[in-house]
Amino acid sequence: MAKLSDFRVRVEDALANEEVRGNFRKAMDGLMSRRLDQFPDEAELERLRTQAMAIRSNSLDNLPDLLEKLETNLTKNGIQVHWAETVEEANQHVLAIMNKHNAKSMIKGKSMVSEEMGLNHFMEELGIECLESDLGEFIIQLDGEMPSHIIMPAIHKNKRQIAKLFQEKFPDIPYTEDVDELTQTARKILREKFFNAPVGLSGVNFAVAETGTLCLVENEGNGRMSTTVPPVHIAVTGIEKVVEKLSDVPPLMSILTRSATAQPITTYVNMISSPRKEGEMDGPKEVHLVLLDNGRSNIYSDPELLATLRCIRCGACINHCPVYVRVGGHSYGTVYPGPIGTVLEPQKDGLKAHGELAQASSLCGACGEVCPVRIPLPSLINRLRYEGVRQDQSSTKDSGSRRKTAEALTWKGWSFAAQHPLIYNTGASAAASFRKLMPSKMGAWTRVRTAPPIAAKTLHQQLKAKGIDNE
Amino acid sequence: MTTLLQPDSVYFYGTCLIDSVYPNAGVSAVELLQRAGIRVIYPQAQTCCGQPAWNSGYRDEAREVARKQIALFPKDIPIVVPSGSCGGMMKHHYPELFKGEPDEAMALQVAGRIYEFTEFLVDVLEIKLAGKGVKTDVAIHTSCSARREMGVADKIEQLVGQLENITVHEQHHKKECCGFGGTFAIKEPEISASMVTDKADAIRETGASVMITQDCGCMMNISGAFEYENQHHALRMPQSKHIAEFLLERSEVLCTKYDINVPETSDTTEDATHG
Repeated sequence: MAKLSDFRVRVEDALANEEVRGNFRKAMDGLMSRRLDQFPDEAELERLRTQAMAIRSNSLDNLPDLLEKLETNLTKNGIQVHWAETVEEANQHVLAIMNKHNAKSMIKGKSMVSEEMGLNHFMEELGIECLESDLGEFIIQLDGEMPSHIIMPAIHKNKRQIAKLFQEKFPDIPYTEDVDELTQTARKILREKFFNAPVGLSGVNFAVAETGTLCLVENEGNGRMSTTVPPVHIAVTGIEKVVEKLSDVPPLMSILTRSATAQPITTYVNMISSPRKEGEMDGPKEVHLVLLDNGRSNIYSDPELLATLRCIRCGACINHCPVYVRVGGHSYGTVYPGPIGTVLEPQKDGLKAHGELAQASSLCGACGEVCPVRIPLPSLINRLRYEGVRQDQSSTKDSGSRRKTAEALTWKGWSFAAQHPLIYNTGASAAASFRKLMPSKMGAWTRVRTAPPIAAKTLHQQLKAKGIDNE
Repeated sequence: MTTLLQPDSVYFYGTCLIDSVYPNAGVSAVELLQRAGIRVIYPQAQTCCGQPAWNSGYRDEAREVARKQIALFPKDIPIVVPSGSCGGMMKHHYPELFKGEPDEAMALQVAGRIYEFTEFLVDVLEIKLAGKGVKTDVAIHTSCSARREMGVADKIEQLVGQLENITVHEQHHKKECCGFGGTFAIKEPEISASMVTDKADAIRETGASVMITQDCGCMMNISGAFEYENQHHALRMPQSKHIAEFLLERSEVLCTKYDINVPETSDTTEDATHG
């Protein structure tokens, strides 16, 4: 038996953990049904998806121009723009700002791009403390974990597990499984930090080129605190998050929050358009935006895979994925899990590192069906399988690197047989190929299923015997 | 909707899985079409639509197989496929597979004539059925490809709904994939196993004695789980039937939109197709 890949090991562990599987099932079932309630009119939903897709497609069609315009208008507004091709560069930009202010800590609003950068780890190595202020992020940071979901990073934990974690980390506070009390505990701890942190860091949902505005949606007010209380605010985001006009924001935001958390609007909507102006009482004195590429330009160069960049990070594809709900976010071993992670990560970090994820999809289409910007996720997963085994050069990182001689030969043999009915009909039938394909793995099929029954007479034979016309 | 003229004959594309594992589903579909007054042509040179290779990333290998298939349907008549999955491949992925290829026009022409079996019965023939046999509780499993690629999720319900004595029970997480996914079941056996176990449980919990589906991939997967759980844990085992088998056993064709050789009303007892 071949050694299981790290991914497969994590998957097996996850599948064996009934408590965590139960947590995901319960959470995802709730999210799916609440999302459905947000879109009672199917025709209206389809119209909104088309509209949102068109806005995002327009952003990408004009990406270079819009990024230039964004920089110009942000600069005009007094927001300092920093370009980073790699995560190393992005971290260095943040570090330089920290150093300029002699800052030894930061408070963070939720940001997946900062996860992509490995920002916390990078800063902690240098003795700079990064404190997560989003409740979910706060919980997983306490436990030394990665987010298991892009919107709800601690969704893999139930309240009992969180209560035990708090008991371990804050022994002075009495044990409780009451969600409100647990939240209050976190709030008290964080409140203090907001007022003392020299720097606040956040992500960005949309960056508006026309006005030089950074939009940030959130529910806890921690985003507002992180971006307004500390004297310096650093926003980090991917270059694809730009939109052309301010009027692009309402339709996108509406479909984003409804698709993500089934809310018509989030509790807080932040529109950040400048640092504190003269005479103003509050707000940061400096605002920075770090724009990260990290492989996005490369994705952009492929006319089909480009659709990956339409993503507005709502997580609906994740919530509806029958694979994700069973294996959970950590199994993927990537920053972004679920269908969008399956599509984005192998392109971003290469097929060698994450190409295996493309196999972990039954191509059921549930993700593509709910995507608010109509990213054809199953088609892109199929495309990445092709990228993994193709023999010619392509722009996708590590294309062809997953081709294995034995498997390629099997498909060549299958193809030859299926082009020659006489050969095909004498033994190279579908079921036979199905078994031959991975002989060592047929065992896994029969671990929970009986083997496919092979018919005594094929359909070809039976219909011929019945005299059905051949042409 | 279709602009087909009276379809007095159709091609039947049996699919490789039906060919070797579930030929009775194919034979039943052909018989049902005949009972509806349709002449069925089954090109004997057909093998596989190419989907297994296509979904594994082996596009050249898939294309060469598909090239042989598209040459099998020269007459401009519908091609009926008793599978949402293979139908989806031929209708939606052949155009992608042949894009910019010399055979692109032919691939598009074939794609435009593909009908999933239940879609053909409901949308093209507007078939009217009468039920027969004992009262039966059934559950319907619609394949993901039938639901999302072909957009024919409601067709089995529309057919079975015409049959008195048949009660349909809905399983929880009805729209969730059964975990087959072709080579997915082999490449990711643990995830697939978890999915099919949940699906088999959900269907068993409805109390249905028969599970009906339009895709034999799902059927092989779910019925394999039923049988395994029956053998190893003595759990109740619902029967699994392709919709064509089920309709052939449990219904009579009353008429179609075209009334080709079929009695016009249910009180006409003569069955013209037996002539």
